[in-house]
Amino acid sequence: MSTATDYPFGFLDSYAKKEVRRTVLKAIAIPGYQVPYSSREMPMGRGFGTGGLQLTLSLIGEGETLKVIDQGSDDSVNAVNLRHFIELTCPSINTTTRTQEATLIQSRHRIPEQPLREDQVLVLQVPYPDPLVIVEPSETRRKVMHGEADYSRLLVKLYEDLVHFKEITISHRYPTRINGHYVIDPSPIPRYDVPKLHQSPALLLFGAGREKKVYAVPPYTLAEPLVFDDVPFRTEDFTDRVSGERRACQRCGSRDSFLDEFSDPNTGGKVYQCSDSDYCTQQQEQAHGE
Amino acid sequence: MGYVAIKGGGKAIAGAEALLDYLRTEQGEAGLPLDTHTIETQLRYLHSRVMSEGGLYHPTLAALAIKQSLGDTLEAAFALRAFRSTQPRLLESPLLDTRNLRVVRRISSAFKDIPGGQMLGATTDYALRLLKMQLLDESPEQFRAIAKAWLADTPQTDIPDTFPKVLDALRAEGLLPEPQPAAGTPFDITREPLVFPVPRSAALATLARGETGSLLAIAYSNMRGYGDVHPTVAELRVGYLPVLLPHPISGELIEAGEVLITECEVVAMYGKAEKGQKPTFTLGYGACFGHNEVKAISMAILDRALQNGQANGKPQNPSEDPEFVLLHVDGIDSMGFCTHYKMPHYVTFQSDMDRLRTTQQQQQEGKA
Repeated sequence: MSTATDYPFGFLDSYAKKEVRRTVLKAIAIPGYQVPYSSREMPMGRGFGTGGLQLTLSLIGEGETLKVIDQGSDDSVNAVNLRHFIELTCPSINTTTRTQEATLIQSRHRIPEQPLREDQVLVLQVPYPDPLVIVEPSETRRKVMHGEADYSRLLVKLYEDLVHFKEITISHRYPTRINGHYVIDPSPIPRYDVPKLHQSPALLLFGAGREKKVYAVPPYTLAEPLVFDDVPFRTEDFTDRVSGERRACQRCGSRDSFLDEFSDPNTGGKVYQCSDSDYCTQQQEQAHGE
Repeated sequence: MGYVAIKGGGKAIAGAEALLDYLRTEQGEAGLPLDTHTIETQLRYLHSRVMSEGGLYHPTLAALAIKQSLGDTLEAAFALRAFRSTQPRLLESPLLDTRNLRVVRRISSAFKDIPGGQMLGATTDYALRLLKMQLLDESPEQFRAIAKAWLADTPQTDIPDTFPKVLDALRAEGLLPEPQPAAGTPFDITREPLVFPVPRSAALATLARGETGSLLAIAYSNMRGYGDVHPTVAELRVGYLPVLLPHPISGELIEAGEVLITECEVVAMYGKAEKGQKPTFTLGYGACFGHNEVKAISMAILDRALQNGQANGKPQNPSEDPEFVLLHVDGIDSMGFCTHYKMPHYVTFQSDMDRLRTTQQQQQEGKA
């Protein structure tokens, strides 16, 4: 009882894992629908990825290969913490940082740059599962709105943005309609990652631990960001306004990845690097290999 | 310039953990580790609170949780609650009648004279909150002498183990409605998510392991005017409740042990009666593990407020709104989400900056 190694495989008792797996099946059967589940307390804070973690622990089996990232990085504090905990409680699994080697990827705030495959599952950690929360605080009323696919108030919010700012101001967690009905909160991924949800070969699972919900975008499913016919969906713009060119990662030179912005301590100017650290490393390896 | 991001996270975590453990032992050579029994007996209100908010009656592990979390109530309750996730649910107890409570304290603010009498027990209610400077350098001898003297001076009395309930007397007079038989199996909040509307058993279970301060804050809002429960404490009791469980083979009920609980029943003003019925007072119920009177009273008020909201068809204030109350009182949930803001948000903030810069540019172009 006193040491972590005495805990059952996957930490949770087996009834709990079974419940999560049944929830996942329901979520896949109804794309985009938020399936409530009991959500056990995990030994890390609510909001630190406990929903994603419960999905991972319930789905992972012996011999599987896991990748954990946070903000695109395998080595960020929270990713390290989660990976360490999963390794501790699932002793017979492998871990990797290389996207293509992973069978299961748990992520916070990013979808890897490298396209995912049919034999991969991506688990995203979700702080707010319901996109309607910005227009309706009551969950009871939101459930009715979802059931009726009534997203008019969200569209009004987008319209008001256009009137006030000439721009839709939603930066991340962009509401996205799945399979023509339910609109989901795709977790705090940037708008840049939203198109990756559409017709994804990999199963995408979303786990909200604190809010006790699981939802899914099954493979090859429609995923359309909520927009107007005459206002196209726009991802983050990394164009240098002076040169007119798309900014490149200063490490690997990539011009098509999501970039993190830093201040160069020497020059005081801005520098950019890939947010996906594994992608960046592999781009560099390829450049050296050639 | 290397990869800036957040490299070396693993090392940093290990270092921070080691430092925290150093802080726990910082006293050095002069220090003695806290033993769990000391925590259980000398910090009993803290201990009570952690068991109740952790939602697990395990006195030793609760004390351990307090020790390893350096006395942080939220963290300690959290560790206890996480441990609970590794345990399967094996048995269900029948309804336990709190009339069988082995009482160590019971009071009523409704009547001076209650059947069985008021029994003050241990309380700070009427104490002057003056710092006892003599405890600053209390010697082990002085410490032990207090317990010894108290035990020596206490006369043998014939105080009964159990007491009749004040509510029974009110019911006998027709001032309170007869209790409704429980509808079906109680809702298990550890096995089912709250999907609103939820039955009262779900609300009571959520409140029972809610965070004391959160319960108090919302109940206090009702007391101050964002609500109108105006409670009277019909009875507040603290004691040990025998826990009965069915024998796994024979099914016969056996006493598995006892748990210290605090229970509070508040009586509130009467509302409109059902057609053909006499009006009666209404009831609010609170109970939690351990000795925690503020929590039990707050819970009873919130139970009444939530029932009022339901009876009126629409909540008139936050404390009557089940979603508002039940989704915000859990300490593990709320502290977890609060601390998560310390995690990196580089990607989302990058995205925020993109929106702001684009919007700024749009406006500038609009003006030009």
